[in-house]
Amino acid sequence: GPSPRAAMDLFGDLRRMNKRQLYYQVLNFAMIVSSALMIWKGLIVITGSESPIVVVLSGSMEPAFHRGDLLFLTNFHDDPIRAGEIVVFKVEGRDIPIVHRVIKIHEKENGNIKFLTKGDNNEVDDRGLYKEGQNWLEKKDVVGRARGFLPYVGMVTIIMNDYPKFKYALLAVMGAYVLLKRES
Amino acid sequence: LRKNVEDFTGPRERSDLGFVTFDITADILNGKNGLRTIFDWNVKQLFLYLSAEYSTKNNALNQVVLWDKILLRGDNPRLFLKDMKSKYFFFDDGNGLKGNRNVTLTLSWNVVPNAGILPLVTGSGHVSVPFPDTYETTKSY
Repeated sequence: GPSPRAAMDLFGDLRRMNKRQLYYQVLNFAMIVSSALMIWKGLIVITGSESPIVVVLSGSMEPAFHRGDLLFLTNFHDDPIRAGEIVVFKVEGRDIPIVHRVIKIHEKENGNIKFLTKGDNNEVDDRGLYKEGQNWLEKKDVVGRARGFLPYVGMVTIIMNDYPKFKYALLAVMGAYVLLKRES
Repeated sequence: LRKNVEDFTGPRERSDLGFVTFDITADILNGKNGLRTIFDWNVKQLFLYLSAEYSTKNNALNQVVLWDKILLRGDNPRLFLKDMKSKYFFFDDGNGLKGNRNVTLTLSWNVVPNAGILPLVTGSGHVSVPFPDTYETTKSY
């Protein structure tokens, strides 16, 4: 049979091949992540919104939108804000975007606008949600205008936020799959 | 689309407050298909709202939603509403309602699909509401 020396050489070859293949898989993985990031940045540029896709977090716009629905936003600078539009805004100092409807606008001739919002499912307008002493929202508070929507799809992000173990498990499975799959 | 209104104004702190009553007769159709009803397979609901639009010395453009209604798929898209009062307080940002002859009421709706684009449609037909030059001091409302 094969001599112990030949077996050692063969084993050495195998170890080298696996290392090369591992580097290849890692590069593949890095490429997928970069492409995804590029697509996201591209969406930010095209839509003009810092967050072109948002997940609805509360039931304040039911029955139109439910927790877990996905919204697609645009934020073109020249798009005027008008009563009836659904806007996503952030209150100064808070990170959470809120999806509500514009119910009142007062716009000056130079384009300066102040507006009030309210959730369809809420009894009262949003003044209670704004910053202390703030009675109106301005253009700078707007993340985007809701232009399209898909139901349920955003539930995955909510689950990942509420159950971090699920998020890590999912990432581990995805990482293992990409690193271990062999291109035939 | 037809609306009839009567109106009064009352001062409150330092801003004008308008009171409007109205009738709404509407038939909401899918503009693309002529007479076909708006509730096709991909329409989950309609968010209807009546808004007042006007200009004042303070602001070139003001829009205030006075009333809204949610029409779910299966509801009748023909409306015959009489003597409706505005749901929300019609405050101006200042005193621009007094004597304002050019306040226009329009009915619009937001189409909410099961999935897809969210269009905002404005109904054809609108009504101009002139506000009087004087304030009412007390009004039972």
